[in-house]
Amino acid sequence: MNGSTVADRIAIATEPDIVAARSAARRHAEILRFSVVDTTRLITAVSEIARNTLIHGGGGSMTIVPVSRPPHAGLKIVFRDEGPGIADIAQAMRDGFSTARSLGMGLGGAQRLVSEFEITSTPGRGTTVTLIHWKRT
Amino acid sequence: MERIPILKIGHNLLVSIQVDMHDQLALNLQDDLANAIARHHARGVIIDITALDIVDSFIGRTLAAIAKVARIMDCRTVIVGMRPAVAITLVELGMTLPGIQTALDLEKGMQLLAAPAERHRAPRPAADERLHRR
Ligand SMILES: Nc1ncnc2c1ncn2[C@@H]1O[C@H](COP(=O)(O)OP(=O)(O)OP(=O)(O)O)[C@@H](O)[C@H]1O
Ligand SMILES: [Mg+2]
Repeated sequence: MNGSTVADRIAIATEPDIVAARSAARRHAEILRFSVVDTTRLITAVSEIARNTLIHGGGGSMTIVPVSRPPHAGLKIVFRDEGPGIADIAQAMRDGFSTARSLGMGLGGAQRLVSEFEITSTPGRGTTVTLIHWKRT
Repeated sequence: MERIPILKIGHNLLVSIQVDMHDQLALNLQDDLANAIARHHARGVIIDITALDIVDSFIGRTLAAIAKVARIMDCRTVIVGMRPAVAITLVELGMTLPGIQTALDLEKGMQLLAAPAERHRAPRPAADERLHRR
């Protein structure tokens, strides 16, 4: 077996942890031999969501697990925080919406960059964002 | 504090980003460049991102802010060396980096800065004719 079947968990508590999250995603994408463009898409989406986990969620974690749906191989990356949560997810997903006077580009942009995107949130309890990116064959 | 070096070449400043920048490092670069432009009376800034394998919304926004501040200080900014995959991803992300000049490589970036800044505003013959007809 290759080393990619091992799950990886990274704490997201500081800005350098966003860099660590990008590096971990890059490493896993390279193990699976994603194309350069797909690796770039995935790392960029990871960077956006990791920053949200830190800034809006007050910190949390990222877990990377290799997944497979034969003949496809992919990566599933889950971000969890126990921050304030999001009351209106549809509104948060919209490009240009931000409670931080920022661009409001992160959630919508990340969704466009990966194969599958899921967000669940309970106000007062926290937020979970799941990204799945399949290798193109 | 960790900083990205800024080189002075003639009237221009050159920054070559060689590390995966965390957010504070990008913000430090923004401040350092504004100070260096003032100190050296720089006319142009070249930011080489050949080594960057991603530009997310934070880095993109910082690059745009650098260009904006430089312009107010009468200094032009050119981003050089953006990888094709980074360009594709930026567009999909929804960041178009308005107001940022780019060049494929360092040499072309230098040429761009050497060319007269107002070149594109020079009246073309057609515009002249229109003026005369009034
Ligand atoms: N993990 C989270 N916990 C709580 N709220 C969140 C979380 N992630 C996103 N949000 C909310 O969703 C909004 C939109 O997020 P998005 O990433 O699209 O934009 P942003 O972070 O505000 O700006 P940008 O990412 O462009 O800098 C945020 O402003 C915030 O209110
Ligand atoms: Mg965001």
